[in-house]
Amino acid sequence: MDKKTPLYDRHVNLGAKLEPFAGYIMPIKYTTVKEEHNTVRNGVGVFDLSHMGEFRVKGKDALRFLDYLLTNDSDVEPGKAYYSTMCYPDGGIVDDLIVYRISDKEFLMVVNGSNIEKDWAWVNNHTTGYDITLTNESDDIGLVAIQGPDAQKVAEKLTDVNLEDIGYYCHTSSTFANKEALIARTGYTGEDGFEIYIKSDDAADVWDAVMKAGEEYEIKPVGLGARDTLRLEVGYVLYGNDIDHTTTPIEARLGWVVKLKTDKEFIGREVMARQKKEKPDRYIVGLEVTGKGFPRRGAELFRGDRKVGIVTSGSLAPALGHGVCLAFVEKGFHKSGTELDAEVRGKRIPVKTVKLPFYKDGSRK
Amino acid sequence: MSNIPEDLRYTDSHEWVKDLGNGEYKMGLSFYAQDQMGEIVMVEFPGLEEFSAGDTLGSLEAVKTAEDFYAPFNGKVVRVNAALEDEPALINEDPYEKGWLVVIATDDSSGFSKLKSPTEFSEFIGE
Repeated sequence: MDKKTPLYDRHVNLGAKLEPFAGYIMPIKYTTVKEEHNTVRNGVGVFDLSHMGEFRVKGKDALRFLDYLLTNDSDVEPGKAYYSTMCYPDGGIVDDLIVYRISDKEFLMVVNGSNIEKDWAWVNNHTTGYDITLTNESDDIGLVAIQGPDAQKVAEKLTDVNLEDIGYYCHTSSTFANKEALIARTGYTGEDGFEIYIKSDDAADVWDAVMKAGEEYEIKPVGLGARDTLRLEVGYVLYGNDIDHTTTPIEARLGWVVKLKTDKEFIGREVMARQKKEKPDRYIVGLEVTGKGFPRRGAELFRGDRKVGIVTSGSLAPALGHGVCLAFVEKGFHKSGTELDAEVRGKRIPVKTVKLPFYKDGSRK
Repeated sequence: MSNIPEDLRYTDSHEWVKDLGNGEYKMGLSFYAQDQMGEIVMVEFPGLEEFSAGDTLGSLEAVKTAEDFYAPFNGKVVRVNAALEDEPALINEDPYEKGWLVVIATDDSSGFSKLKSPTEFSEFIGE
């Protein structure tokens, strides 16, 4: 039985197309994906992301624990956040996540909704020898994201915090719409924006306040359909599509969140160090379609008769007007400008590897 | 419940065809088919060329899926709906009017008369 987020009634009243996702009934779109996508690129949109999972790590060894568990360096200042992968010893990815450092001894991990159970088990399997307490607050925390170039103008009406003081990947705990909140300048759209973590019980009030404050900026609710096209247009990977337990961060070009330059021990380090040195056999790349159509997830990539890769995400890029994909390709075919063919319903369509992001004009700070 | 206009005929591949009366036939995607496909984001049109019945004329890309559309009978594509280049979602919004796909010209009306009647199409899609 799929769960409802605290904003379920709002979505129903807004006429959203609802579908099961990550164990929740989630809004896929309210109007059209294209319109919602453009709203976030050009104005401001609001998302219900309450399906995301939140684990709190507290205690004297919280930093040491996360440094072992996660590939990225957890030693950031309180008030900062970081993106990381969490890996198996063979380098395969358990999940990708954002971690907010609340204080010296407290962190909030935000994981993919579809991975909450698996991640919770994994995290709990590694606590021996660490003086920490772990709590799974996924059901207790709601998440409303305000994204787009006008996001700050809307958010600043609802808090006393001077949002100019919160840089990209920074956060603060304060009140938002008169509710206790963690206010973070993070997102998954390539645009400026905020993610507001509140109590589940407060989510509906916060949503209503955001919709009202955003009226003058023509704020619109945005579903998971546009969330997917927005993230793909800026080349962000999606767990379960582009990365999973069979891919490593090095292959996924997430080497920047693997702390090989430090001497810290962490799960998967040995494999990643070797892979970085010897170069992986395959890489994630961005592909641009020059003509019409677009390959979708699962489409095979060819150079002549030789199969050299597979598409992991593919869509029309609404802001660009042509198809874009993320794909795994064999080493040697991953350099920018490499021309390949994608097989789409029995036909070949030409694609070219390009540097990410596809969409370069985002307002992200 | 699908919208199946009485003055059109229908193909097995869910296109509608309208007799324009001068040897020209307009075609598009049925309400049922566009509803099944969901939001259409891109249309690929054929050139203004001769096609045989069953040939692929072009393709429709929706957010989640893609489908080709086919020549209902032998004929020449004489016009395509260029408005769909900018606004492919017109197919969803107005499948029988603004969302038309192409116009095909033929001297032989027998192909058209073999297409499904509204009643037959309604049965075909199980409504």
